Amino acid sequence: MTTARSTVAPADPATERALDGLILSMADDEFVIGFSDSEWTGIAPILEEDVAMSSIAQDELGHARALYELLAVVRADGSTADSIAYDREPAEYRHAQLLDHGRGDWAMTIARRYLYDTADGARLGGLAASSFAPLRELVDKIRREERYHVMHLTTWLERLARHEGEPRERLVAALEELGPDAATVFTPIDGEASLVDAGILGEPMAALEARWRATITPIFVGLDLPMPPPGALDGGRSNHGEAFRWLWGEFTSVRRSDPEAVW
Amino acid sequence: MTAAMAPVVDDAAILAALADVTDPEIPAISIVDLGVVHRAEVHADGAIRVELLPTFVGCPAIDMIRSAVSDRLQSFGRPVEVRVSFEVPWTSDRISARGRERLRQSGFAPPAEVDAVRCPYCDSARVAMDSLFGPTLCRSLFYCRDCRQPFESFKVV
Repeated sequence: MTTARSTVAPADPATERALDGLILSMADDEFVIGFSDSEWTGIAPILEEDVAMSSIAQDELGHARALYELLAVVRADGSTADSIAYDREPAEYRHAQLLDHGRGDWAMTIARRYLYDTADGARLGGLAASSFAPLRELVDKIRREERYHVMHLTTWLERLARHEGEPRERLVAALEELGPDAATVFTPIDGEASLVDAGILGEPMAALEARWRATITPIFVGLDLPMPPPGALDGGRSNHGEAFRWLWGEFTSVRRSDPEAVW
Repeated sequence: MTAAMAPVVDDAAILAALADVTDPEIPAISIVDLGVVHRAEVHADGAIRVELLPTFVGCPAIDMIRSAVSDRLQSFGRPVEVRVSFEVPWTSDRISARGRERLRQSGFAPPAEVDAVRCPYCDSARVAMDSLFGPTLCRSLFYCRDCRQPFESFKVV
């Protein structure tokens, strides 16, 4: 929709494959968390949060759509945003396992969003000066919107953490469940070194993970919350479990009922 | 337009025509004053090309705006191509001075950081944010403690 093929595609096939993997992982992250958040529409704890979570979901699905559209241009094989988003088996999605825990309660939702939004922020920072102009331009726009997500989620993290009793207990339990998977957002991309060499990605994912930890450590220490432990990242964007299979069934149900439908 | 009075087609005429088009979520001001029009040009091949910048990446109105732009420009009798671009980011600084004034008159606070928002009705700074997120992606909900009006404020992006 937005980008001419001439501005696209690194010269060598290995770098193009790595670029494909990078954009797909970002798009799948935004799509899966955006769809998960939309499950709160109509049933969030208070009306303002219903509106907020629905807005955030709409933002993320918009980011996912723009990234899938860019990927379709890179692939230049007749793919569309919809075909990439919907016409895959669950095992083919490349979102981070952090997003594979099911919706859970409100504390789980806040913990997941906070961990994801801050990690995504570090990743987007690594693309702010990308040599691949269409991605750099999109990231520039996306970062301006994500700022509001982080503001909102930080308010909620502090609110739950500082309220002794059930709010804090639930938040800590959520962080203990999700923490070991938080760093899966930084699962290395196949061929990542070629992306760094080409200036498409500013730093390896491991360096971006270190930046993320440096950003959130003072907040977690200040609120006395359990920091996400470092973990092995092998398979961090595959091996999706039962919770994702259920979600996949939900978000593909309309598409599978009539793949040829035009909207 | 009649055939005898063929319209002048230059960039200024295109821009003037686009001043009739509004964002369905922000009908108070035109898409030109909103800063959504990035390029509006008549090319050497005779085609009119317009590039639009979405206010938010996920703006659900952009497809409607694209159609409205295309419809509005049909009267020039030229091929019309309307594209959506992220070449430069739409920012709230792109809203014109006239656009800001009209927003305020319509009860919307023009873009300001959350601690600098003023009531569009009485200009009070004694306002409280009810919700960072509002009825559209680009607006937040506020309440004026002086004139006791709820109002919406555009986000700074």
